[in-house]
Amino acid sequence: MHDDHTTAPKTRALRLGVAGPVGTGKSSVIATICRHLRDEFALGVITNDIYTDEDARFLKSAGVLPEERIRAVETGSCPHTAIRDDVTMNLMAVEDLERDFAPLDIVLVESGGDNLTATFSPALVDAQLFVLDVAGGGDVARKGGPGISGADLLVINKIDLGPHVDVDVDRMVADAQKARDGRPVLPLSRKQADTVEKLCDWVREMHKTYAGGDHVPVDPGPMAPHHHAHDDGHTHRHD
Amino acid sequence: MLLADGRLPAGGYAHSGGLEPAVAAGRVTDMPGLERFLIGRAQTTGLIAAAFAAAACARAGRGDFSDLPDLEAELDARTPSPELRKISRDLGRQLRRALSSIHPDPRFEALGAAPHQPIVMGVAAAVLGLAPQEAAMASLHESNSGAAAAAAKLMPVDPFNVHAILARMTSRLDTLAAQAAAAAEGPPSDLPSTGAPLSDIAAEHHRRRDVRLFAS
Repeated sequence: MHDDHTTAPKTRALRLGVAGPVGTGKSSVIATICRHLRDEFALGVITNDIYTDEDARFLKSAGVLPEERIRAVETGSCPHTAIRDDVTMNLMAVEDLERDFAPLDIVLVESGGDNLTATFSPALVDAQLFVLDVAGGGDVARKGGPGISGADLLVINKIDLGPHVDVDVDRMVADAQKARDGRPVLPLSRKQADTVEKLCDWVREMHKTYAGGDHVPVDPGPMAPHHHAHDDGHTHRHD
Repeated sequence: MLLADGRLPAGGYAHSGGLEPAVAAGRVTDMPGLERFLIGRAQTTGLIAAAFAAAACARAGRGDFSDLPDLEAELDARTPSPELRKISRDLGRQLRRALSSIHPDPRFEALGAAPHQPIVMGVAAAVLGLAPQEAAMASLHESNSGAAAAAAKLMPVDPFNVHAILARMTSRLDTLAAQAAAAAEGPPSDLPSTGAPLSDIAAEHHRRRDVRLFAS
């Protein structure tokens, strides 16, 4: 322990948040990113859990990164607070990780599973993915919300399950695109290599933009805009 | 007020101040039980924390940081549970991280790598121009309202009743703050040592539970 714990880490990674409702596959998306990009980038992961450190244990047991690069933050019963209202615990975990394994290229922060309104504060992450899955219901994308409409990337996960849960994947993707005003939507299945490659490309591109200094974090905003749309349709961009 | 506000973004919301293990073990089951728990906590570990906050505030107020290592060591000695020592230091780092962003001041640098939360609270109070007794008061109220707020998530309660308990406790906390401030100027080893062994044991058990809402 040194006094440099009082200062910001010397190198700063791209901080990438992964949010979305419970069970949509946030941990699995992170595992997929780690598995495919760990040879290209120096990675670290912070998980957030309501109960204990289940997600960190899952990622460690999956062996996608050396164990010490995966750290758990216990958020009490408020997972949304830890990524939005009071990011101090997560911010310090990210800074510690960046300092201990400097230089890191990307730190992935997994939110504790919450509801459709939980998004990351720009004070904690530079960019964020919001993860939905087809098994959660085909109408979820249409319902909108700050994560669905404003996250830098919306992932619609487990598309291979569509036929089994009577969800029309193309329709769900089209609904999502409509809700997102041109921002990217990625249908994903870890069993379909081409979709995984697209996810990796998006991360690569985001890192390139960030490293080039061109990236400006966008706040998806705390409120769901789509059922109460303002005239300009850009409620997610307020400061 | 700022220091004592549970909404200060310093990570306090993830902790129940020992209430969750007490509820889980059946030691707190109803409103009278909650009130007894909160009073017991304020008069034991609450008083210790308040006295250390007051002592740190008094020293930081006159720019003398030579006693800080002693204060840290004495507070360690009053916290038998390794888990609670770690939590106190984690919360201390978080509080410093939050306050040095909100109100930057070189005095925060004088705190070591992982200072105890009450000591950061005391230094922060001095930085904000408060007196030792006010530092003690902030420590007592922050700690009390944090544990009380956790009750809503842990027990079938009416939140009005919880706040009624907090209202009834205010004069008790005033007295404790005065006691803490009176002890603050003395040597660190003479600060109150009113420990609560059951809370230390409970914190250790809590760490090992598989399902919990709060980190402590």
